[in-house]
This record gives sequence, C-alpha cells and structure tokens, in this order.
Amino acid sequence: MRRERETPKQQQQQVSYTVEHLVAVNPYNPDILPDLENYVNEQVSSQTYSLDANLCLLRLYQFEPERMSNQIVARILVKALMAMPAPDFSLCLFLIPERVQMEEQFKTLIVLSHYLETGRFRQFWDEAAKSRHIVEAVPGFEQAIQSYAIHVLSLTYEKIQRPVLAEAINIEGLSLDKFLEYQAANSGWILEKGHGRGQLIVLPQNEFNHPELKKSDADSVPLEHITRIFPILG
Amino acid sequence: MATNYDYEEAPATYDEAHRQDLGYDPNFVPDSVKSLVVHLYRHIREKNVYEIHQMYEISFQTLSDRLFKDTPWPSVDAVAHFVDNDQVFCLLYREMWFRHIYARLSPTLKQRIDSWDNYCSLFQVVLHSVVNMQLPNQWLWDMVDEFVYQFQSFCQYRAKMKNKTEQEIALLRQYDQAWNVYGVLNYLQAFVEKSNIIQILEQEKEGLEQFTATDGYDYSGGSNVLKVLGYFSMVGLLRVHCLLGDYQTGLKCLLPIDISQQGVYTSVIGSHITTIYHYGFANLMLRRYVDAIREFNKMLLYIYKTKQYHQKSPQYEQILKKNEQMYALLAICLSLCPQVKLVEETVNSQLREKYGEKMARMQRYDDEAFAIYDELFSYACPKFITPSAPSFEEPLVNYNQDAYRLQLKLFLYEVKQQQLLSGVRTFLKVYSTISLGKLANYMEVDDPTLRTILLTYKHKTHAVDSEGKVISNADVDFYIDDIQMAYTSNFGLTSG
Repeated sequence: MRRERETPKQQQQQVSYTVEHLVAVNPYNPDILPDLENYVNEQVSSQTYSLDANLCLLRLYQFEPERMSNQIVARILVKALMAMPAPDFSLCLFLIPERVQMEEQFKTLIVLSHYLETGRFRQFWDEAAKSRHIVEAVPGFEQAIQSYAIHVLSLTYEKIQRPVLAEAINIEGLSLDKFLEYQAANSGWILEKGHGRGQLIVLPQNEFNHPELKKSDADSVPLEHITRIFPILG
Repeated sequence: MATNYDYEEAPATYDEAHRQDLGYDPNFVPDSVKSLVVHLYRHIREKNVYEIHQMYEISFQTLSDRLFKDTPWPSVDAVAHFVDNDQVFCLLYREMWFRHIYARLSPTLKQRIDSWDNYCSLFQVVLHSVVNMQLPNQWLWDMVDEFVYQFQSFCQYRAKMKNKTEQEIALLRQYDQAWNVYGVLNYLQAFVEKSNIIQILEQEKEGLEQFTATDGYDYSGGSNVLKVLGYFSMVGLLRVHCLLGDYQTGLKCLLPIDISQQGVYTSVIGSHITTIYHYGFANLMLRRYVDAIREFNKMLLYIYKTKQYHQKSPQYEQILKKNEQMYALLAICLSLCPQVKLVEETVNSQLREKYGEKMARMQRYDDEAFAIYDELFSYACPKFITPSAPSFEEPLVNYNQDAYRLQLKLFLYEVKQQQLLSGVRTFLKVYSTISLGKLANYMEVDDPTLRTILLTYKHKTHAVDSEGKVISNADVDFYIDDIQMAYTSNFGLTSG
C-alpha cells in the first residue's frame, strides 16, 4: 500500500503553521532565523503575507547584524509595500539600520513608498518600470499596488475620469476596457459617458466618498469592502 | 526608588580606591539597617503586605536619604546572618542594593554585570521554585521597571566604545552574556508564560478567575509574586519593543491588558504612566493619532488630579518628567491630526500654556516647524537602544545615538510627507464646495499636483487600525463628485 504523499499545498500550510507558532511562542530565539528566512520566500512564492513573522526576523537581524541578508530584507520591504494602506513599510524601516537603508535597492524602495504615500501614482509606475528586477521578483506586486490605488481613489472620488484612473492603476486601452467591464459586473462600478470629457467611472458609494453614508465610529468599514479586489485578469 | 532615565551618567570609571576614600565600609551595618532588614524579613515571612510596603516605600528611602546619600548600602554578606542567610531575602536585598547604586551613584561595569547575575538568580527562583511570598505591587513593578531600565542603561553604556579602558573592554568580552537582549526578552516572556497571566485575564472576563478584583493579591494562602510579575512583564515587553523600534509587536504584547478599564496596571502610578506613555508613543509611530490622543488625554487629566498625593513619593520626579513628555507628544499628535475635541478642557489649557505657540508654528510646515517637531520628539521619545554587541575589532566609536537618530529621521520623514495637508485643511474649512480648478489656483499648483495632494490627504487621514479596518482621523473631509467639485464637510470626532 502506498502512503499518500502530501500535496505541496498541504506541505506549505504545515510550514506556515509551524513558523507562525514559533513566532507566537518562541520569538526571541536566534535558532529560528533560517525558518523565518524560508518563510519570507514562502510568502513571496505563494502570495501570502505575515507581518508578525517578518518583524520577528527583522528584530533578529537587529540582534545579530552579521546574519542579515539584504535580499531577504528587500523582499520583506516589497511585501510590506504591497500591504498598503497599512503602514507596514514604515514599521519595517524602523528596524533596519540607517547604513543599510542607504544602499541602492533600499533607496529605490523608499522612493517607491514615498510616491505611494503621497498619491504620486504616475511617478510610482515610472520608477517601478525602471526597477523591474526588484519588483518583478515578487508575484502579485502589480495587483497589490493597483488595489491600493483603487482604495485611495475610492476614499476620494465619487466619480472619476478614465485617464485619472488609468494613470493610477497603470492600465490602458483594451486591458482597461476589460478591467472596467469586470468591475462593473462584479464590484458595482458604473460606467458613464462623460459630457465630451471621455468616460466617467462612478465608484461604489461608501462613507468616505459620500458623507451621507458616514456612520458612527463603531461601524467603520472594513478595508476589503472598499477595495473589492481583484480579478486576476489574464 | 525613582528610576533615573537620564542616561548621561557620570563616566563609569569609579573604582574601588575612590570608594574607599569616602570611608565606605561594606561590612559596617548601622543599627537602623539591622533593624530594617530584621523587621522586613519577618514581615515577608508573615506576609504582612501593608507593613512590607511601608518599610519598602518609606523606611528604605528615609535611611537612604539619611545614611547612604552617596555611598552604597551595607553589603549583602554583612546583613545575611541577621536574616537566617535566607537566599530569597538576600536576592531581594541585593536587587535593592544595586537599584540604590543606579539611583544615587554610578554603577561600574562590574556592578552592572553583577546586577544582571542577581536578576538571573532572583528570576530563576521565582520561575522555577515555589515562592510563598506576597509582595506589594509597588515592589514587583519596581523590579520589572528597574530590570528594563538597567538593560537600557547597559546598552547605552556599551555603545559608547570610544573612551573604554582596556579593562572595561576585557570585561565586556569576558561577560558577553550580561544584559544580552535575548536574555532580557526571554525572562519577561517567561514570566508572562509561567504565570499563565494571559489565560487568567481571559478567564476573569468570564467570571472564572479573580485577579483584578484583588489587585493581583492572593487571598487564599498563595503567592502573588509570579502572577503579578507576569502581568507587569507585559508592560515590560511593550517598553523593550519600543526601545527597539518595534511598535507593532510592543502593542501586541500589551493587548491582554484592557487599558479602557482600571486594572492592576493602574494600582501603581509608575506602571500606569509607563503603560500609557509607551502605548501612546507606539500609536503615534503607527500613525494612529486618535488612539494616542485619547490615551494621553486621559492620563494627563489623571495626573493633573492626583499628582498632589505623590509629592512625597520617590516617584514624584519621574511622574513630573513623564507628564511633560506626554504633553509634548500630545502637541505633536494634535499638530498632525487636529482633533481638538478629543482633548479635555483642563488638559487643553495646560497644553496651550506649554505648547500653544509651538503648535501654531508646527502647523506652518516650514523649516522652523520641522525644527520644533525635531525638538519635541527628541525631548519626549524613549531612549532607543542598539541591542547588538559592539564589534571590538573596528576603530572604537560611539554609536549610542544611532537608534535614536534613525527613529527621529523616519518620524520627520513622515511629517514632511504631511507637509501640504495643512494648506488643504484651511481651504476645506472655509468652503463647502469648490471647483478643483479654483482650489488649484488658490494653492498655486497645477491640476495633477492638486490631485496628488488630495489623495495624500485622504490616505494620511484614514488610518488602518489593528484589525485592518479603515478609520477616518480627519477633522474636515471632502469627496470629489462629478470631477469638478469638491464637497467638504466637518467630520469632527468627539471624545468618549
């Protein structure tokens, strides 16, 4: 009788369970450093994310700087960027020594973060295009940033012009048409013909872009309901 | 036992010869000291918590002031035979002995190392054997507080390599485990785990346990020491993580304590203040300004009402210092997130008095403004540390300011990103609707730039809380409708 081999997904789930467990019960332990580094790579390849585990690793790097891996730190920062609007990127920077932050790849990531923090999406996509080697190493990067862009736009606009949206999410032409159709069908977006100004997109109403809907503090809207992410378009 | 947070201690080259010049004889035990240890020992054995507290808080202080203003207390060896050579009492006495050195004198490197050893021995006893004492919360808090303080002090000391003598470097190399960060964190963590305090607090919510109701004391013949040390260690962990710059994890460590209620953490003023100060600071760095403002407000009001009762206490100076620091942090928070309605009358008028002018200048976001943010942050922030051991090979430098410089730099970076928001606020407060074109004109920017400013405003005023929900911090908000108009409304938050 042959024993069933675990599927890769089952194996990966066991890895994440074990590491999360370690972080919860035995975080101040230099021996778990290799596990945490592997876990970063897991997060990258399986498009998952764990801030707690990554902070744990950055702390260990702080305790033993000679064991720090710049490549792993870069990956952690990219994942943190993808978690926006959460402030994870800053939280990670607080734990990375200044001299490390001065290195080229980290300076680039900090610039990218700066553009996103200040709504400069066009500059962000331009810079990201120049740094493909950094950002392409992490699957799901583009979608995560597009998701963040839509989040901020949804806080701000009730109706938005097509070119403004296009610039923010870096999708144009036919791809954008497909994208808009999908959002209209699944996320409650409404596409209007603008009055000689091109296409207008009406974003779903929420308490941030429509004050009549503002509820008391107790009913703050969960992030997922606003961003309504994300179709994996081809 | 006022802990001294000013880490600019006198140089630690205080050697034996010097001490003997002061006529200090470690073996001489004045009668008053003999009396104190004998009575204290008896009270501890008999679990007379009130008497223990009186002796600990008052008698020890009085004798220190009278007899040991600038010398150490008699050595533990000299008093041991008065207390049956009781191991635990001797460890407790030594802990107070070292604390006195830190507070009134200047510890040598050897003393720092010996103090670490003493904490290890004391903590091992509490963690691994059955301790049958009941000690006052004040004492148990002071132990945890002092433990973290001495760790912070050691890191600061160790990072000043430039003027270290050969002996000091040799000692540092030899005792490289003393005050290592893993040890410190793991002891605190061990207290939390071994005491089972998290489960106790959980079960208390369901009425299955009594802890807060008895202020942590055990009225069924047991000991409060492990439980209360476990409890205070959560605050200790928050503090250590803040010193390292890991605010997220720090807050996580504090989570089992419900700071919206009274609790054992409020039973000791030092613990109450330390908890709220670090909670507020961590939230400031996490950009959760409303949470920080709310807690600072409550704490400052409490101090205002109760500080008169602490005038004679050894903690008084510390209370005042932290009070001032929290006003500075509150000034920063309110400049970044003008939610004045969250601040109570009394606190607000104190704030205006201390920082009214500076706050007005901070909201101008020019060079002078940044200088003030820098000044207030530097005054009020924790004494950040570099936890790693120095490299003894390179040229010896002082790197004790590195951690602080990094946190300051990143904080000012965030302030800079919020630079243009103040301008937007002014216009939004005046107009209920305004065309984007006009707004761009008034702000003297082009349309794309205005867009980025408005998006930045939205992003920066909508924080993500600990559960991933988006909450608005905005005092005045807007949305853009039909691409040409921006409608504004006043979204004031209220306190309570």
